[in-house]
Amino acid sequence: MIRRLLLALALIGPLAVQAEEQIVSGLSQTRVSITANFDGSEILVFGAVKREAPPPGGALQVIITVEGPHAPVDVRKKSRYAGIWINTEAVEVDAAPSFYAIATTARLFSILSHTEDLRHRISIPNGIRSVGAPPEVEDAARFTDALIRLRTGEGLYRADEEFVAFAQDTLFQTAFRLPANLTEGNYEIRIFLTRDKQVIDTHAKLLQVRKVGLERFLFRLAHDQPMIYGVLSLVIALVAGWLASAVFRFIRS
Amino acid sequence: MQLYLPIAEVSVSIFVLLGIGGVVGILSGLFGVGGGFLITPLLFFIGIPPPVAVATGANQVVASSISGVLAHLKRRTVDFVMGGVLLAGGLVGSAGGILIFNHLQKIGQIDLVVQLSYVVFLGIIGLLMFQESLRALLRAKRTTGRVKRHQHLWVHRLPLKMKFRTSGLYISVIPPLLVGVLVGVLAAIMGVGGGFIMVPAMIYLLGMPTKVVVGTSLFQIMFVTAFTTFMHAVTNYSVDILLAVVLIVGGVIGAQIGTRMGARLKAEQLRILLAVVVLAVCGKLVADLTVQPSELYSIGYRGSGR
Repeated sequence: MIRRLLLALALIGPLAVQAEEQIVSGLSQTRVSITANFDGSEILVFGAVKREAPPPGGALQVIITVEGPHAPVDVRKKSRYAGIWINTEAVEVDAAPSFYAIATTARLFSILSHTEDLRHRISIPNGIRSVGAPPEVEDAARFTDALIRLRTGEGLYRADEEFVAFAQDTLFQTAFRLPANLTEGNYEIRIFLTRDKQVIDTHAKLLQVRKVGLERFLFRLAHDQPMIYGVLSLVIALVAGWLASAVFRFIRS
Repeated sequence: MQLYLPIAEVSVSIFVLLGIGGVVGILSGLFGVGGGFLITPLLFFIGIPPPVAVATGANQVVASSISGVLAHLKRRTVDFVMGGVLLAGGLVGSAGGILIFNHLQKIGQIDLVVQLSYVVFLGIIGLLMFQESLRALLRAKRTTGRVKRHQHLWVHRLPLKMKFRTSGLYISVIPPLLVGVLVGVLAAIMGVGGGFIMVPAMIYLLGMPTKVVVGTSLFQIMFVTAFTTFMHAVTNYSVDILLAVVLIVGGVIGAQIGTRMGARLKAEQLRILLAVVVLAVCGKLVADLTVQPSELYSIGYRGSGR
């Protein structure tokens, strides 16, 4: 019995040590609403490190990531064919987040080991997965690089190193800029606490990005009731076209 | 002011959209063209995904043809029998065009095919108009070789003859059916009404009297683009109502300005102006296709999940 208890303690032990320093955090908002005049938003992530005992040696660091919903995408490559540039090769990337941003207290790989990065999928290249490269495409890696490059250019993927303010090894905060071309879904915000390049605590929060009002109504109708949506688009076009010419005829006469 | 388009899922300045609708409206007011063939490529240029641009372009054509159809119905200048035959062909063509469109989208070549179709058609129309208006400007000899209405073309030797009373024709239904099919395919793939193909075909190929040509073609265009819009909405979910409404509003205002401007300008100058606009859009599309792009890679979204 006692032996079992000791065994249990021995198992719990390391976990208890790991949880000695814990993250408590908050967001400036847990919902982002995409309205008709949505042109981006800013979200504030803040928090503190809660500890029972004085901290052990080694500098404490914070990494915060925001990750949009995953969706499969095709990355296509153009080449010249009969004088024009056409898509000739394609690689399917199984799951790429629609949005991915990282903010850190210091340069990423000075505070995080590559093993830990692989385990927790923190850096941008580790955040996307590609399995379905067809055999005739030799350099599939260049397609995922291109995906990252394209989305970085659109402001959808970004790394803001040394962008997290961290005071007295306890209080941290950072701001993420969400661009106007955001897609809706559940965005996961992850906070990692590292010491000596090892992750010592993680914490996750959910940010809901939703179309609201007219945007939501139209999008849902288009996908759930495409017949009704199609008829609606025609009725609106016919009424608008007829009404407009009637109004102008009235003005002119 | 930015406007987030719910289906295209991009945020665009509302003034840019009103401007596009307005410019196309001015052109249609000036020249009496539908303008669908300019609205879709202009939407590509500002970053609207091609499937959404094509489907919404078709929707805009519905709006811009309704008032014309009503006016021609009142004047009794619509040949319903001929319109019906053209429409039957148009529906078949549109349905086939939608199938082609969806297949091309799946294999990632839709942008290419849509752009190439535009290059070909805008190039031909632009050059023809340019040549014709240049000739008119230079006041070359008036060699108006008028086409006789009742000449016997190969068209008249085909079987399945039918009486078209309003047009005063007794011809085979095969040519109008084929013209309808072609226009339907163009509507589905390019998001245009196709009047620029149909009107010359009706006059020169079918030998219809000019007085019923415009009304009958508008009648066919309205129903075919309506059907095309509906099919795109049901199979691709790619019709953006918000985008369409802004374009329609801009287009209506532009058309009124255009009609007034048209009264002050000379017809030859107008036509050469339109030819230049069409050729400029065509040139931009050619450049996009032939100049090595700075980015060879692009992201394609699969299926209709978006």
